[in-house]
Parts: sequence; C-alpha cells; structure tokens
Amino acid sequence: MTVRIGVVTFPGTLDDRDTQRAVRIAGAEPVPLWHRDKDLKQAEAIVLPGGFSYGDYLRAGAISRFSPVMEAVVAAARDGMPVLGICNGFQLLTETHLLPGAMLRNNHLHFVCRDQKLRVENAGTAWTADYTAGQEISIPLKNIDGRYVADERTLDELEAEGRVAFRYAGWNPNGSLRDIAGIANAAGNVVGLMPHPEHAVEPLIGTGGTDGLGFFTSILRKLVNV
Amino acid sequence: MTLDTVSHAAGTPETALPWAELGLKEDEYERIREILGRRPTGAELAMYSVMWSEHCSYKSSKVHLKQFGEKAPETDALLVGIGENAGVVDVGQGYAVTFKVESHNHPSYIEPYQGAATGVGGIVRDILAMGARPVAVMDPLRFGAADHPDTKRVLPGVVAGIGGYGNCLGLPNIGGEVVFDPCYQGNPLVNALCVGVMKHEDIHLAKASGAGNKVILYGARTGGDGIGGVSVLASETFDSTKPAKRPAVQVGDPFQEKLLIECTLEIFREDLVAGIQDLGGAGLSCATSELASAGSGGMRVELDTVPLRDSSLSPEEILMSESQERMCAIVEPGKVDRFLEICEKWDVIATVIGEVTEGEQLEIFWHGDKIVDVPPRSVAHEGPTYHRPYARPDWQDALQADDAGALPRPESGEELRKHVLQVVASPNQASKSWITDQYDRFVQGNTVLAQPEDAGMVRIDEESNLGVAVSTDGNGRYTKLDPYTGAQLALAESYRNVAAAGAKPLAVSDCLNFGSPEDPAVMWQFAEATRGLADACLELGTPVTGGNVSLYNQTGETAIHPTPVVAVLGVIDDVHRRTPMGFAEDGQLIYLLGDTRDELGGSAWSQVVHDHLGGLPPRVDLERERLLAEILVAASRDGMIDAAHDLSDGGLAQALTESCLKGGHGARIVVPDSIDPFVLLFSESAGRAIVTVPRSEEVRFNDMCGARGLPVTRIGIVDGDGIDVQGQFVLPLAELREAHEATIPALLA
Repeated sequence: MTVRIGVVTFPGTLDDRDTQRAVRIAGAEPVPLWHRDKDLKQAEAIVLPGGFSYGDYLRAGAISRFSPVMEAVVAAARDGMPVLGICNGFQLLTETHLLPGAMLRNNHLHFVCRDQKLRVENAGTAWTADYTAGQEISIPLKNIDGRYVADERTLDELEAEGRVAFRYAGWNPNGSLRDIAGIANAAGNVVGLMPHPEHAVEPLIGTGGTDGLGFFTSILRKLVNV
Repeated sequence: MTLDTVSHAAGTPETALPWAELGLKEDEYERIREILGRRPTGAELAMYSVMWSEHCSYKSSKVHLKQFGEKAPETDALLVGIGENAGVVDVGQGYAVTFKVESHNHPSYIEPYQGAATGVGGIVRDILAMGARPVAVMDPLRFGAADHPDTKRVLPGVVAGIGGYGNCLGLPNIGGEVVFDPCYQGNPLVNALCVGVMKHEDIHLAKASGAGNKVILYGARTGGDGIGGVSVLASETFDSTKPAKRPAVQVGDPFQEKLLIECTLEIFREDLVAGIQDLGGAGLSCATSELASAGSGGMRVELDTVPLRDSSLSPEEILMSESQERMCAIVEPGKVDRFLEICEKWDVIATVIGEVTEGEQLEIFWHGDKIVDVPPRSVAHEGPTYHRPYARPDWQDALQADDAGALPRPESGEELRKHVLQVVASPNQASKSWITDQYDRFVQGNTVLAQPEDAGMVRIDEESNLGVAVSTDGNGRYTKLDPYTGAQLALAESYRNVAAAGAKPLAVSDCLNFGSPEDPAVMWQFAEATRGLADACLELGTPVTGGNVSLYNQTGETAIHPTPVVAVLGVIDDVHRRTPMGFAEDGQLIYLLGDTRDELGGSAWSQVVHDHLGGLPPRVDLERERLLAEILVAASRDGMIDAAHDLSDGGLAQALTESCLKGGHGARIVVPDSIDPFVLLFSESAGRAIVTVPRSEEVRFNDMCGARGLPVTRIGIVDGDGIDVQGQFVLPLAELREAHEATIPALLA
C-alpha cells in the first residue's frame, strides 16, 4: 500500500509538478488536489507548494486561503495530518494561522534565487525526522516576500518550544528575524519554510544536491510506520 | 460622430483620413485605396497602419531575410520553418522543440518594468501558440554605460520586469547576456527568448480553415494599452472626445498569463483547436488577418462582442490595442462547449467573436454595421516591400585601419596582472549574478545548467534524460568593425557555447537589432550581417527557424552598434553527460583547444584598458568551429573532460577567471614558448575553448584531437587557490573574486 501525499494546485501555483516529482522520487504516490476540491482524496499528508497563487495579489496567500480545499486542509491539520508549506505554501500557512507570524518583502527589495545553507534546528517534526538537529543542508531559495516576522513574544515562544525548524546559515538572505527560515506548529505536524526542498532531490538538476529529499523520506517513513 | 462603415466610406471618397499620423506613407495609403477600390474606413486604416508597420511587415528587411530560406542548409531537423509564430525542431524520441528570440527594445526604454515584462509575455505566447509547453526563458540585454545615471533607471526596471513576470509564470530563466556600451544609452536592447517542448503530433499552426468554425478570443479583456505600439501612438484625430493618448506600452499581468498557459495546454491535450494565434504586436488586427490569410476561406468577426476593460473604446482602438495575455483560437462548432468549459475551469474569459466563412474577405462588424471588408492577405502577408538603398559608410575604412594591435601592451608580469584584474572587473566582464539571481532558474525542476554557464540546459524527458541546450550571443563591437564577420562570430560563439556544454547544435533563431533602415550605412550593415549569418548557417548546417528584426534603434542621427543576437539550440541525449564550466578537481590538466593568433580588434582588453574600438574582428573559420564542436561533444559523451569553457570576449584571462571561481579551484598556467603571454591571455581568436582532462584520459583525449586534426595545447593544471601564470604573476582567487563580483552591485545595488 503506497502512501498518498496530496499536492495542492491553486491558480498561479508553480512548483506543483516539481513537488509531485519529489514525492515520487521519495517513494510515495503524489495525489494532485485542485483548489476547488472539497475533500482530500484519501491523502495522508499534504504539501502546499510554491508559486504565486492568485498572482500574490493583495498579499501572498491572502486569497488562496479562502479556497475550498483550504477548509479541508486546515481541519485535517488541526486533527494532526502532516502539512508542509513551501514558500508560497508557508505564506499560506501563516495566512490561515496554522503557523504564527507573517512574511514581508525581502529587506533588499529584490527577488533572490540562490543556493541557500540552512541549519536544521528541529529534527523532531513530521517532515524533518530524517535530518539531525544541527545538520547543515543546502537547498535553493527563491522569493521576493521571504522576510519572516513575528512579535517578540511569539518569537520567544517559538524558540522556547523548539519550534524554529530551520535557520539561515552563513547569510540571512532577506532580513528574517532571528534568521528564521522555517517553523513548526506545537504538535510538529505542520511545517513551513521559504526555501525549496523539492528542487534539491536529484543529482545534476537544480543545484545538483539532494539535501531536500529528507523532507519527503521523513514523512514517508512516519506514515509507513503508523 | 457617425460610424465610419464600409458603405459610408464608399460614399465619402473625399473624407481625409489621418494616415500620416498613423505612420503610413502617401504611396502606402494610395495602395490601400487601390486594393479596396475605395477609401478605407477608419477601422481598416487602423488595421493596415499597424500591420504594414516595419515591426509587423518587415518591409525594409524582408528582401534580405529571404536569404535565410534560400541558403537554408539541408536538414531533417526542421519541422516548421520561418513564417509561423516560431520554428520547430526535431530533437528525437518523438519530441519537438520550438524556440524564438524577439525584441522589446523601445517599450523597455520608455517604461523599463512593463516593457521588459511584456517582452517575456509576448515571446512565451508565441511558443505556446505552437502547441508547446514553455520550459525556459533567456534574456539578452544591452544597456548604456554602466556608470551612466540613466542606466540605473533602466537596468533595475528591466531586470525587475523580467523577473517579476517570468518568475510568476514558473519559467526558469537559464541564460542570456548583459552588455554595456554607450551606444545603447538612448536605446537599450531588451531581447527575450523562450523555449518550448511538445510531441511531434502536438504542433499547432496559425490558420483559420473550415467554414463554420468558430473564432474564440480568450484571456484578458481588451483595454486601451499599447494602442499603436507597433507603429505610432494613435492620434486623437480618431475622436477627440475619447480619453487622451494612452501609453503605447502594454501593461502585463503574469498571473493571467500563467492561467492562459495552463488553460491552453489543457485545451491542446483534448485536441480542441483547428488553428491558434497569440495576440501580440498589432493585437486583433494581426490575429484575425493572419489566421484568415493563412487559412482557406474568409472570416466574419462581431467586434462588439470583444470583452473590454473600458467600454468607451472605439472599434479602431479595439483593433489596435496590444493588451496582453490574449489568444485567438479556431474551434469546430462541436468542440466549442468543451473549450469554454476548460476556460471556465481556469477562470479565463472566453468569447466566440466570429466564424470562418466560405468567402474570401475578412469582414468585421460593429453592432451589425460592416466596418471592415478587406482581403486578409493584403493586410497580413502582402504589405509593402522596400529595396532600401544601402552603401558602405565612408568611415568604415578608417575604423578598420585603426588597428588595435598598435595599442600599448603591458610590459611586465606586474602590469599584465593589473590588466587581468581590470578586465575581469569591468562591467561587461564582471559577474552578473546580482542580475541573474533575481530570476528563478530552478522552477520546473529540470534545470541542468544555467547562467553563468556557457549555455543553459534543461532536461525534457525524465525517463531518457534527453535535454536541450540554448545559448544567445552577439557582439556589437565586432559587428561594427565588420558586419559580415560580426554576425558570423555571433553564430560561431553561440554554436560553440552549446557544444561546450556537451550538446549538439541544431538550429538558430536570431534577433537583428539595428538602427534606422532609412540610413544607407545602417542598411549596409544590415545587408552585410544577414548575408554573413545566412552564409554561416549554411556552412554549419544550422537553419534559421525564425526570429525578429528590430530597426530604428537609434538616438537622433546616431545608430546603435549593429547587434545581431544569435540563439543556437542544441540537443543532448543524456543530460548526465553535460559539461559544466567550473574546474572541479586539483590535478586535472588544462588544455587550450584551437589556434591563438594576435587578434585584439574589438576585444574586451582594447575597450577596458584603452577605450578603443578599431581594426578588424577575429577571423572566422567555420570548418574549425564545426570540428571543435564535434570534439567537445564527443569528449563529453565519452567522459574525457570534466569541464569546458568557450573563449570569447576577454579571452583566456576571462575564461580562466570564470572557471576557477565557479569551481573554487585555482590554475597553474605555463605559457608555451611559441606565444606571447599577453596574446595568450587577451587575444579573442575564435574557434577556441579550454577543457580540463583527468590524467587517466589524457592519452585518449590527445589521440582523438590528433586524429581529427584539432590543434591542442596543454597550458597548465588545476591547482591551488589562485591563478598562477608562471614567470608572470600570481592572482589569489579571493582577490579575483572580489574584483569580479563587486562591480555590478557597486554600480546598481
């Protein structure tokens, strides 16, 4: 029995096919979900991929959060279903309040596309179990609204509860507070990050590394072991 | 004001029309009257004026462009040639690739962000209209002096526009060029290239056939933007009560374009269209007349059914509007419902605006009144043809006599070192990552190579690992010195770049950027460059599949350097065999392939160190280029080389710098006795590349080159953390990196 991982496509989503490929390479079965779908088609985990849903008009994720599929995703996430938000998906997770904080325009005001070093701070979430805490990985980063912000109290809480999942290492590419690149919810089933693990799953392609594959093997192992 | 219908026009032959304001010449207007047997209506005049513009009709260039067809090499690879939205090339395994490079120069100077953004949008729709999924874009750019204040206005806007639009479409930007020269100060060049992939059976053409088939306009609503963008601004003479002159530059909505792409690909998958055309320059005038002209029969269009952003637009304005993100499809009646359903799924507005008829005329109605009744060929394909006078300019001899070989050269190792640093830090030779890092090069998950590599490369089949590589090149300085040779050098470099990446060059697309065709000197440059390019394409066996001509690139009387930009497409059977440019491993041997002559005319060294342009460009030897390419591809396929980098502007000094910095390894260079160290480092002789060969492959590599007759010289070894030209100087990589990477951010950030 293969593990079914849902990959949501909104109008303007870009990395949905790439994410489906990463899921396949990890050994799971990608289940395409359309923004108008009201059920999750027996998916056991959900990835919200990157892109510019609704053109990022108004604010990244501000319109797509009202899609029918997001009602189902939010409900399932609250019941413990693993959900990963990458880039636009992370922005969407903050818009739906599954994760705290918000993303602002990069402090240098430019889109930035680069190979980015990250430090895995929490290897205990559903999506990071195949990494070790403190491990440095290198995966592509590409966004213009990637500066993570939250109030001091929230940031302290995230730190205290070990919910900062990833930090930028070497160079903070956008002015994110406390170098935060990704965070988890308290239960550890919902994770969001700005860099793109789905673009680092095959040697030669993209930056040529496979440091991103761990996200997809982590969830696969977790679901197989349930 | 009464509607200017066909019958009204027939009854009022004396009514004066603003043909001159719309950019038409008197004899052109007379010809329109002759074709129609009466005066044109306002709407007809609008259509002819945009379709007979230089941009759409190629009236000054087509007598020269003919050569690309007449001298086309024999090839089985070409599935669709010049004349369609883009050419299509067979790359094997049932796949076809379509690619094209186009200009958006003038709009990008007036409004850098939107001009560049809609340049990307336009070329992407051209590729989409062929039936292909767009898989990559590239942008060859030319700006004025890097330190000129206006460059800081134009360049960041252009780059943000390309990124803002392309990134939002999900198309990896995998290459291109950025060149600075004062000649582009008042006239930057913003060219855009797109590559698309399809199966052979998915090729679609722009023609309207089958009486009763419906004409469907879908995508964005039509607005008042870009009116007369291809000719001149629509003057208020049409109707002075309407909103005043609007920008001739279109405004782009990349989100709408992304929906249009996915929607159109789904429509193709269900085989719902009989013909399709994108709306770009000249908007509906172009789409309706070209579709009808290429098909059989006529076409009837109800113009008042076109969805508008602004209900006050006149029929003339609707016909001329260049609003973006629109497509026009010809659909059999039985398939219309499904077509509209798919558009609804993607929230794309679609409207049946007319149908293909049995007749021969293109007829357009406005609330029931006929306002256009023309033979479509006369609008789309039978525009004026000019045999413009051309003459070799009187300054050409003096320019060529001003030999760069006579410039003072560095006299010591220390001075040589200084010149290397100076050249690799100059704006043209410096790292462009501040620019290219604003483009997404990873999206779609198929990018194998991207800038600053010699060529961009994407995988097109995940099972077989089939891939394509594309490079764009053009050197206005060389072309100014000798247009015939300069155009050939652009092709040679692009061809060499594709081969250096490990791919076999197959086909060409070109964007010919020149000054005013009304200047005989410019026309001579154009004639020479097209002749050179056509001759070289024939000799290299790479046909021109399509492209674009951009004329009138000049400020006052001063034309830009003639700048033919040449894109070469190549195929690689297995992307795992690609060759990157970075030096990967200490101990590997560095070989220089080809002959190095004392050739510095038009070189980066002469520009940077002496601010000089004169003499002759490097010689072209196409037979040698072909041999070099074959060796590069074979060595990559058989695993004999680990890195390759073409030698072009900046010569060996530039190539070593880039390969060392990319790979993070230094190089120890031993200057062969037969050559002067300065010439070795800075000559720009064509037909050369450097490669690194693992020691285990050295004998096999030498044997292959020897057997094929390609001269190779072992010039050093990958080693250490600097470039050490023995007996001359040492340059630590850290110092080199600082020099190479700091320039552009310091000027523009």
